Amino acid sequence: MAIESEVLVIGGGLAGLSSALAAAREGADVRLLSYKQSTLRNASGLVDILGYTHDGDGPLTDPYEAIPELPSSHPYRTVGVDGVREAMAMFDDVTDYRGDHTDTNALLPTHGGTVKPTARYPRGAAAGLASDDRDVLLVGLGSMVDFDAPHVAAHLEAAGVPFEARGVSIEFPGDLRADAKVTRYAKLLDTNGEVAVGGRMVGARDALADAIEPHLDGEARVGLPAILGDDHPDAVRAALGDALSVDVFEVPMGPPSLPGLRLEDALFEAVDEAGGNFETGNPVVDYAAEDGHIEEVYIEKNGARIPVSGDQYVLATGGLVGKGVESDREGVYEPIFDCHVPHAEDRYDWFDLDVFGDHPFARFGLPTDEQLRPLTATDSVEFDNLRAAGGILGGYDFAAEKSGSGVSIATGHAAGTNAAQEAR
Amino acid sequence: MSDAESPTEFDPTAPNTGEDFEPVDVFPDSDDFDLRPGADSCYKCSTCDTNCPVAEVDDEFPGPKFQGPEQWRLKQNEDDYTIDDSITDCSNCMRCDNACPSGVPLSQMHNTARGEYVSEQMDKLSVEYVRNRILANYRTSATIASKVPRLANFAMNFGPARWVMEKTLGVTSEREFPAFAKQTFREWWSSRGGAAASKENAQQARERRGQDRDADKKVAYFHGCYSNYNTPEVGKAMVRVFEEYGYEVVVPEQRCSGTPMFANGMLDDARRGAEVNVSSMADLIEQGYDAIASCTSCSMALRQEYPELFDIDGIDEVAANTFESVEYLRIHEDLKGDLRAADVEGDLAREFAYHAPCHARNQGLERQSVELFRDLEGVGIEDVGESCSGISGTYGWKAEKYEKSMKIGDEMFDHMDDASGDTGMTECPTCAMQMEHGTGYDIRHPLELLEAALVE
Repeated sequence: MAIESEVLVIGGGLAGLSSALAAAREGADVRLLSYKQSTLRNASGLVDILGYTHDGDGPLTDPYEAIPELPSSHPYRTVGVDGVREAMAMFDDVTDYRGDHTDTNALLPTHGGTVKPTARYPRGAAAGLASDDRDVLLVGLGSMVDFDAPHVAAHLEAAGVPFEARGVSIEFPGDLRADAKVTRYAKLLDTNGEVAVGGRMVGARDALADAIEPHLDGEARVGLPAILGDDHPDAVRAALGDALSVDVFEVPMGPPSLPGLRLEDALFEAVDEAGGNFETGNPVVDYAAEDGHIEEVYIEKNGARIPVSGDQYVLATGGLVGKGVESDREGVYEPIFDCHVPHAEDRYDWFDLDVFGDHPFARFGLPTDEQLRPLTATDSVEFDNLRAAGGILGGYDFAAEKSGSGVSIATGHAAGTNAAQEAR
Repeated sequence: MSDAESPTEFDPTAPNTGEDFEPVDVFPDSDDFDLRPGADSCYKCSTCDTNCPVAEVDDEFPGPKFQGPEQWRLKQNEDDYTIDDSITDCSNCMRCDNACPSGVPLSQMHNTARGEYVSEQMDKLSVEYVRNRILANYRTSATIASKVPRLANFAMNFGPARWVMEKTLGVTSEREFPAFAKQTFREWWSSRGGAAASKENAQQARERRGQDRDADKKVAYFHGCYSNYNTPEVGKAMVRVFEEYGYEVVVPEQRCSGTPMFANGMLDDARRGAEVNVSSMADLIEQGYDAIASCTSCSMALRQEYPELFDIDGIDEVAANTFESVEYLRIHEDLKGDLRAADVEGDLAREFAYHAPCHARNQGLERQSVELFRDLEGVGIEDVGESCSGISGTYGWKAEKYEKSMKIGDEMFDHMDDASGDTGMTECPTCAMQMEHGTGYDIRHPLELLEAALVE
């Protein structure tokens, strides 16, 4: 026998979670399998739909307006503008993200000092909008070298933001070890745990506010790297804001990212609440199929092969970085079901000589039919009960377009919904 | 972009124990497992660090990325490099394994480094070493204590004795020692008629279920120390549930799985136990048995730590044929369907606050109790979240680590408090101790609930 479900989702990132959530909301019995913990903790936590066109024009004001202009191979064209809207409505329903009041992209400062067009952003980033004309004080922590506040401030001003930005660097109070983990800062702030300052013990929130206060020079808002709490970020920001009489915001950081962790928690909770099941820790390595129909897949646990089956399957294992698509010197392939990945025979044709050029590898991934079922080299469906979602799909360059999260949510929602309807 | 010769193939996403992989032979004198592919796979994303329950509360602890790949590299480059003593602050929760997107065998690196630290750098006459050795060899003390359970239960928790234990040995007096059962599981098992009785029960059950009376359904039970000496009701439930499904149970000779020894760097002690366990399980597996454990740390040891740390004949077959008890039934029986049709009355008709042990996570079992019991009539179950309980076996028993252990556990206590039930549930004996210690709740094992739901 196998461990059975109606819809089996393989992959625990944004696309897998969106698939599982959509399928569970359709009433299907869903199981999500993730090799490791969700890679969302490596994501900034910003959720973009489309920031630039296929040809690099932008930043775009209205991503929905640009979708019909994308090439027909783009996953957004498969799910359509309405599909994207439905998916974003589901996302808005289960998160407390901002930006859902408008179709227009928001502009958010990044930790590199650039400005990024994005469709949704965490509440913690809201006071940092680059379209806001209030002056900003950016506060970096000496030990967190990924966020050099004076440098970021200078960059933002050079990018032409409509406010003055100033950056200072302070030490996080309490003399923590130089390479303290982001979770250590977050935990101290969550619990307002005591730190030693000048020989006495002070709550971490108060101590941090005290350390920032002398640097304020009339700015109405203060930005810090995203370390302000894991379980209670709203309370941490509010406490700092009250103490300093300013609006406090977080600047999303590189991995490991607390906004990504918080989003991961919110989505797993939503899947749980919708009745979905999940397990992590071991990879799906193989499958059994008959007549183009997948019967079951196998999880590998230290030599044991655990059979798991579904009526319908969603493959959301990511792209080249997420290892859902692999490559070697011979070719590019999808490792679990060996679905067809179109690519040039000569590997020297996989990339462009210009670093920022138009790299074919960036669009490597699975081609699908209108139901997101992967296609063979001759355009027939690989398996009648397999759909694909997210980074594993071909035909788009998420890094250049700023479309990674949106494609994952939209195709995940569509694949999960279709799979559930088929299974019921 | 060069057309240089293709390097030896290896899959960087899978831990490589060095059997099939020969990198450039840089360390020809080493006969240890080759950890280099693992170290090379680390691209320093620090995801492991965000999973470390110790780094979250302890400013001194440098985190798993340092303890694993970074320390390993330092050791290769400097002849006089000694293992940093912070390795003893790692609680061996193994969460970093589950976190790494690149397949770095972090816990294997930690266990190896800790073993080296203890065998080469730790003073064997120190109180700490003696204390750790006693804690790690719980089975030895338990064997003696279980001969005189009443006396042991009194003496172990006798106030003045505990004060002396804290002062001389560094065993915290904050905790109460778990009670020893009046009859061990193995005593119950033999008095019940052992394997012959189990075979008879299984055959009757098969007939009842309309299966072939002589069907080949047999499992070898790895009960571990705790089910034997402290909570035999868990072992009994395991036997009754498996027999109900028509499985013959055997209870082979066994020692401690080694979990507390790995965590204390006592790899020689662990190996001695592993040799016995692998040998008895390997023989049975050859005869068609599968190995079943009711403790998720025991199944973890047999499945992952043994093949990662020891080279013993039959060890890979044992790893590949070992399962956690409920997992096994989920694979081979329609457990979910049977539970949907069942209900629970009486003592266990309760609301449970469920905590998933860290060691259940790497085995993909962190949600199976919630999944199975949320549709069971007569009970409620709520997952209290992904935080670590903080006790980590012997870790929270050490006087100098007690406070840290409780700080880690705080999140779980809060969530248990918020959950509607006031009975706890978990698979891990020491998580259960911590849950009880922090909340005062009665803690039960999923097998006990399965028995109440499925066995007449």
